[in-house]
Amino acid sequence: MPSKRPVIEITDLVKSYRRGGQSIPVLENICLKIEEGEFLALMGPSGSGKSTLLNLIAGLDQADSGSIRVGDREITVLSESELARWRAGHVGFIFQFYNLIPVLTAFENVELPLMLTRLSKKARKSHVATALSLVSLSDRMDHYPRQLSGGQQQRVAIARAVVTDPTLLVADEPTGDLDRHSADEVLQLMDQLCTELGKTIVMVTHDPRAARKSHTLKYLEKGVLTDAPQIAAPECL
Amino acid sequence: MNLLFFYSLRNLLTRRLTTALTALGMALVVFVFAAIIMLAEGLQKTLIDTGSYDNVVVIRKSSGSEVQSGIDRVQASIVETQPEIAMGQDGRPMIAKEMVVLITLEKQDAATRSNVVIRGVSPASLALRPQIRILAGRLPASGASEIMVGKSIATGFKGAGLEESLVFGMRSWRVVGIFDAGSTGYSSEIWGDVDQLMPAFRRPVYSSILFNLRNTDDFETVQPRIQNDPRLTVEAKRETVYYKEQSEAMATFLRILGLSLTIVFSIGAVVGAMITMYAAVATRTAEIGTLRALGFTQAAILTAFLLESLFLGAIGGCAGLFFASFLQFITVSTTNFQTFSELAFSFRLTPGIVIKSLSFSLIMGFAGGVLPAFRASRLNIITALREA
Repeated sequence: MPSKRPVIEITDLVKSYRRGGQSIPVLENICLKIEEGEFLALMGPSGSGKSTLLNLIAGLDQADSGSIRVGDREITVLSESELARWRAGHVGFIFQFYNLIPVLTAFENVELPLMLTRLSKKARKSHVATALSLVSLSDRMDHYPRQLSGGQQQRVAIARAVVTDPTLLVADEPTGDLDRHSADEVLQLMDQLCTELGKTIVMVTHDPRAARKSHTLKYLEKGVLTDAPQIAAPECL
Repeated sequence: MNLLFFYSLRNLLTRRLTTALTALGMALVVFVFAAIIMLAEGLQKTLIDTGSYDNVVVIRKSSGSEVQSGIDRVQASIVETQPEIAMGQDGRPMIAKEMVVLITLEKQDAATRSNVVIRGVSPASLALRPQIRILAGRLPASGASEIMVGKSIATGFKGAGLEESLVFGMRSWRVVGIFDAGSTGYSSEIWGDVDQLMPAFRRPVYSSILFNLRNTDDFETVQPRIQNDPRLTVEAKRETVYYKEQSEAMATFLRILGLSLTIVFSIGAVVGAMITMYAAVATRTAEIGTLRALGFTQAAILTAFLLESLFLGAIGGCAGLFFASFLQFITVSTTNFQTFSELAFSFRLTPGIVIKSLSFSLIMGFAGGVLPAFRASRLNIITALREA
C-alpha cells in the first residue's frame, strides 16, 4: 500500500535565540515528515525546543536556516504579512489556556478566523454552527468564555481551530490546564478530528495520556529530535 | 470589520470604571472647548441679530463704533435728504438721528459698576427696530426727563426698575418703561429722547444716523453717494455688517482664549487616554498574540486599538457636549471691548460647534491611542502568547 504524501516536510531546520550577546541553539538540524491525517505528539523536557518547533511549523516564528514545507508552500521564505495570511487559511491553533477572547461570545470567538475570509455573513454563520455542533456546544454559542467551564472553553477553541477547515492543527499542551475528565473529552475530540475528518495534528505535550492518543510520538531533547521511547501506561490509567 | 468594531466597543464596556473616568477627563475638556465657542457664538449672534439687513447705519469715518462717532447737525440734514430712505406709515422718513453715550451704573448683585449705553432716540427709532416690544410702562414722552430701559438693564442694575429714577447727565431720569429686544444688544441699553439727552450730556453732535431703505438693493446706490459726498465725513454700512464688526474683537478674543485653554487641558486628557490604552494593551497582550496567531495583521490590531481609543474620545465628546448644551439656558453679561458697554448674551450651541467639539474629542482619542495601538500591533506574537 503506498504511503500517504507528507503534508509537512521539515529539512535541516536550525533555530537559535540570542541572549545577552550569546547565541543559544534551540533546534539543530531537525528533519521531520508528517503525513496527511497524522496525529503527531512532541514530547521532551522543558526548554528542549518543543514549542519552538511547533511555532516554526505554525508560521509564528522564523527559522535561522532550513526549510519547512507545508502542503506545497515553503513557509520559511514568507514575509510577516504573508505568514499572517497563510496562517489564517491553513493553520488552526489550540492553546493550553484556550486563549478565547473574553469579550466575545463562543459564537463570535469561533467566527473570528472566518472574518479573514471572503465568506458571506450567512456562510460564516453556517460554518460556525457546524464547528460548534462538532464540539457539542451548539447550545452554548451565546455564552461568554467566563460562563463556560475549562473543558467547554477548550472545545470552543477547537471549534475555532477547525472552522476554516485548515491544513494543519497545532496544539500546545491542549490538556495542560484541564481536569482529567475534560482532558479526556478534548483528546477524544482531537482523535475524532484526525481519524474521521482526516486532520493533520501536531501536538506538544507533557501528558503521557495525551501522547498515547497520538499516532506518532517524537521526542525532543536539547534541540535534537528522536523517536520517543515507549511510554509505559501508568497503573492508574 | 464588524467583529473588530464590537471587540473594541465591548472591551471599553468591560472596563466600565476606567472607561468612564478617562472619558470624563475628555468630557471636561470638550465642555470647556464647547462652552467658550458657544459663548463667542452667542455674542456674535446677539450682535448680528441686533441689526436689520434693510437698515443703514451712518457713522463718522474710521470711528469704528457709535460711541466714538460724531455727526454734526448739518451733515445729519444732508443724510436725511437721501431719496432712498423709506417712508413710514405716518408719511415721515424712516430715519433716526441718535446719540450714544456711556455711563456707569451700579450692578444689582454686587457693589461693582459697569458701563451702560444710553441711546438718545428719535421718534422713528422704535419703528426702525421692529424686534423691540414694550414689556411694561410706556415710551418716554418727548421733551420730558424720562427713559425706558432694556430688560437686562432693568434686572441687572440698581435703580433701573420701573418707576425708579436714575441720575446721570446732571439730571434725574424717571424709568417709565421696560422694553424687550429679544436676544439683541438693545436689551442692554437705556433709551431716552435725543433732544433731552444731547443737552444733558452737552453733546452738540449726533453719534449715528439709522435709516431704512426703500428697497434692499438701494444700498448699492446710497452708500457710494454718502461716502463720496465732499460735504460729508461719514461712512454708511448695512446695520447687520456694522454689528458683526462690533462683535469681531470680542468673539476672536473668546475663541483664542478657548483654544489656548483647551490645548493645555487636552494635554492632560490625552495623557489620561494614553495611560488607559497602554494599560489595555498590557492586560490584553495574550489576546493580541492570539489574534495575530489566528492571522490578523498588524494593521488590524492597530485599527482595533485605535477604534477603542476613538470610542473613548467619542464618549467623552458626547458627554462634554451634553453638559455644555445646558449652558444655553444661562445668560451672561460682559463688557464688549468694541463699545466698552455692558452686553447680555446667551451661550449658543450650533451644529458647527457640535461638529467641532466632536472632531476635537476624536482628535484627543486618536492622539491618546496612537502610540499604545502601535505598541499593540508590533508585539512579538510568541512573547504575547506567553502572557496567557
